[in-house]
Amino acid sequence: MSGVDPEVVSSSQAAFVGLDAEPGVAKPDPILVADGVQRRFGGLTAVDVDHVEVQRGAITALIGPNGAGKTTFFNLLTGFDRADAGRWRFDDQDLVGVPAHKVARQGMVRTFQLTKSLARLTVLDNLKLGASEQRGEGFFSSLVRPLWKAQEAEIEGRAEDLLGRFNLAHMRDEYAGSLSGGQRKLLEMARALMVRPTMVMLDEPMAGVNPALTQSLLGHVKQLREDGMTVMFVEHDMDVVHDISDWVVVMGEGRIIAEGTPDQISSNDAVIDAYLGAHHDAPLTAAEEQAQLDEIHPQLDEESGDAHG
Amino acid sequence: MRPDRRTLHLPFVLLLAVLTLLGVASPSGAQEPSGDEREVNVNVVDRKGTAERDDDEPVAGVVIVVTDASDEEVDEVETDEDGKAVITLPGEGQYTATLDLDSLDEDVGLPREGREVVSIDPNRSRVLNFTLGDRERATSSTFDKVPQLLFNGFSFGLVIAITSVGLSLIYGTTGLVNFSHSEHVTWGAIVAWWINVDHDVHIIPAALIAIAIGAASGALVNRVVWSPLRSRGMSLVAMMIVSIGLSLAARSLFQLLFGGVFRPYRQFYRQDGIDIGPITTTPKILWMIGLIIVVIVAIASLLQYTRIGKAMRAVADNGDLAASSGIDVDRVILFVWALGGGLAALGGILFGLQQQVQFEMGFRLLLLMFAGITLGGLGTAYGALVGSFVGGMFIEVSTLIVPTELKNVGALLVLVVVLLVRPQGILGRAERIG
Amino acid sequence: MDWQFILSVSFTTAFGPQAIVFALAAIGLNMHFGYTGLVNFGQVGFLAIGAYTVAMGVDTFGLSFWLCVFLTFFTASIWALVLGVPTLRLRTDYLAIVTIASGEIIRLVLRANTFTETTGGAAGIQNFAGDFFDLNPFTGGRKALNIPGTEVGVTYSANQFWVLLVGWTIVALACLFVYLLVRSPWGRVLKAIREDEDAVRSLGKNVYVYKLQSLAIGGVIGAVGGIIFAVSRQSVVPDSLGTALTFFAYVALVLGGAARVFGPVLGSIVFFFLSAFVDVALREAIDADVINFLVGSEVGVVRNILVGVGLMALMVFRPQGIIGDKSEVAVSVRR
Repeated sequence: MSGVDPEVVSSSQAAFVGLDAEPGVAKPDPILVADGVQRRFGGLTAVDVDHVEVQRGAITALIGPNGAGKTTFFNLLTGFDRADAGRWRFDDQDLVGVPAHKVARQGMVRTFQLTKSLARLTVLDNLKLGASEQRGEGFFSSLVRPLWKAQEAEIEGRAEDLLGRFNLAHMRDEYAGSLSGGQRKLLEMARALMVRPTMVMLDEPMAGVNPALTQSLLGHVKQLREDGMTVMFVEHDMDVVHDISDWVVVMGEGRIIAEGTPDQISSNDAVIDAYLGAHHDAPLTAAEEQAQLDEIHPQLDEESGDAHG
Repeated sequence: MRPDRRTLHLPFVLLLAVLTLLGVASPSGAQEPSGDEREVNVNVVDRKGTAERDDDEPVAGVVIVVTDASDEEVDEVETDEDGKAVITLPGEGQYTATLDLDSLDEDVGLPREGREVVSIDPNRSRVLNFTLGDRERATSSTFDKVPQLLFNGFSFGLVIAITSVGLSLIYGTTGLVNFSHSEHVTWGAIVAWWINVDHDVHIIPAALIAIAIGAASGALVNRVVWSPLRSRGMSLVAMMIVSIGLSLAARSLFQLLFGGVFRPYRQFYRQDGIDIGPITTTPKILWMIGLIIVVIVAIASLLQYTRIGKAMRAVADNGDLAASSGIDVDRVILFVWALGGGLAALGGILFGLQQQVQFEMGFRLLLLMFAGITLGGLGTAYGALVGSFVGGMFIEVSTLIVPTELKNVGALLVLVVVLLVRPQGILGRAERIG
Repeated sequence: MDWQFILSVSFTTAFGPQAIVFALAAIGLNMHFGYTGLVNFGQVGFLAIGAYTVAMGVDTFGLSFWLCVFLTFFTASIWALVLGVPTLRLRTDYLAIVTIASGEIIRLVLRANTFTETTGGAAGIQNFAGDFFDLNPFTGGRKALNIPGTEVGVTYSANQFWVLLVGWTIVALACLFVYLLVRSPWGRVLKAIREDEDAVRSLGKNVYVYKLQSLAIGGVIGAVGGIIFAVSRQSVVPDSLGTALTFFAYVALVLGGAARVFGPVLGSIVFFFLSAFVDVALREAIDADVINFLVGSEVGVVRNILVGVGLMALMVFRPQGIIGDKSEVAVSVRR
């Protein structure tokens, strides 16, 4: 990867110097502020966040054991799910009840844990789709090619730059379905950048990626910060988190249980308990298994079929 | 042109606008029963509320509407000054003649409650008599119909509920929107008819055999068609289209084998009505209601207390999770198909007893079943029961306002309103993304 | 068995007015299903809207024929909104369920006695397309065009020739229209929605609006097919607009190749060739006592069985149809 500017790193971490490592601590320059956000599925409260702030221009990791409510929290913030209560502001814009596509237009763009590369579009088309405010995307103007030809060429140029940067240029005209898991993660990240976001929300960007690609992916994430974007990502591998994040927010059972720098978090007892406690998940008897199924089913999406979050 | 007619169109346009806002309901057989036309003479007399014959008067200008077993109108006549009219029936089948009470003048009496509707068997009836003046006008308020309509809706809703449980469970466990479910309903009714009529077996044992065959057919269709497609990884949308093809093929096959006519079962065909308070019904309907309630309780117990029932709910909630916790998903799905096929057959037989057996009977129920399970929340067993029930009741009670021939349109109103207000249905739950 | 006759009837049907109607119905479905992934099982409703906007407009309300043709764009779009607004926010299953019922609702309302004054009831409306046939440049009786050197060919009346000329021109225009749309960025959004609408939403596109547009455009194209359906017969009867019509249009679409501009057109022509061939050949065989287990009136039913089985077989064994691209057709991936 291109060299990471040490000054940028230090300044993004400098913002956190002297902050108390406790849940809900105020940040010097927050881009995202959430208050009292709650989401319930039946009797289960999946998300119950009192207060959290995300520092502008930094990489913030959101970690926690399976079922902690990380993805659900992401879904709420990005407009993919409706909160039962709470307020949150992004870049001084109230985002409560704003639909997902408008959240993206405001500059907060997300990726998905189960990669949503558009399998039967080419890699290039995947990227071009990401560009905002395309004249050719209007119904009437789409019929008249001269109206959007020039813009399309400009978008294609930008897409090709990004493909080069993410090492996907050789796959340009392939269907996205033919990419490997890691390449799909790269594609999705590149596509998100086409929107020109101010904040990128990455849902487990490293999941299912082979170790060789992981380093490259981490480099790309750091590069986002260098380019002036704010990054928030969900992860449950502590080592990965320690490597790249400036600040870590820990969720457990829907709540924020800890915040701090990576070093502070790795020695935090509450975090260790939360992670160890999670290992008690395995059902002991058939009856207990049924009880667990009944208990957790509301938060499970039948299609994704995973209990992360 | 006919400018004078234009004013007539305004109510129509308004109604069309309202109906347009509704959108779903039931298909109904466009099939004309084959055979030659028959005529039935109608007499309408006003007995003036007395037993004496001397003061009887014929009533002119009375409108009588004739509908077939699928509620589609086949004829409409008006009596002449002798109180007579001639109805033309297109052929064999079961028909209903309804005297339009609104066409009676103020000074004419009314028929006894419920006697404005008479069923006609073209093979037996040649003359149809309507007697008026047996009822005081004051009692004719539309709200008096409410108990009867609620009862009709109750029994109709139960039949839809019993057929749609399988449809909903199949959706829940496999994600398939199965448009060929209606053919399982028809299949059950036709098999029972063959055993009952061709092999001269009483309908009760015949129904039991047909339900067993229906269950086996459900399992077989899953084995032969759906299970292989699932293992090929076919998309749910593609499978939906396959089910459309299967439905068309099966329905046409039934038409070829069974013909286009309506045929009754040997037993319980015609029964005398009995009055229970404000409600007129027949013993077979009461037995039917009792039977369905017993079956519904049995299904609920199965789902709630047995191992396979719990497994079915677990698979419906989350197939992958159920599989990873040791449930044999394929076995559960096979069981769901057998259960769905058996219940569809039972529903078809009951529907055939209520009306008659015909190759499109299931298809006519299909959209009501869908309305029901969507109302209740796609994929939930109890939601299907509740939704079908609510749908059935609504359809019948809506006839207070809506013409009978359009009553199924009302089901759409409810459906669309529910989808707008509560997209996941009455008992459904919201989904999670990501 | 007169094979020349059988082939001639098949060709005549394959390029006849019905093939035009189904080609347009299937082009509309291609917009919905092929490009956007919307499962509309009520395309017949849009055809009915087109047919009755013109028939009722002319006969009942005394409007000009051409004004009614123009009005169809509005009536069909409004119907698309009615179907789409409550359902398109939800999973595609809901649209499938609501649309299949919507087509039947329209038929039931149109054939209802209550509205006979306006809709013509079950008997429908006849003779409303005089304005259209007044412009017919063709004269004389039936004309046959044979493949040179054979007795095999097509036979149409002068009025049919006029319908065919206008109809196939409209089909060509519709194809051009769809081609322009789907190769544009607008079409790219549509295809992306077909793949995964959440991904599209995350990129700042209003998926709901695109789906509504797709439903309306495909619906309008279907409604134009409905106009041709009504005009070519100078008659429209509610019971000729049953659910089977939608299913046949799906067969035409899948047969030709979904998500291909010419797929529905090719599919419709081939479908009507095969359908007429089976129909006439069976009738001939029954007349010639080659087949004695069927009677003439059952031929249509047998054909429907074959259509149903054919649709299943196509979806399973050749989902891309004749000219489709297998990797693009939304078949093998769970969604």
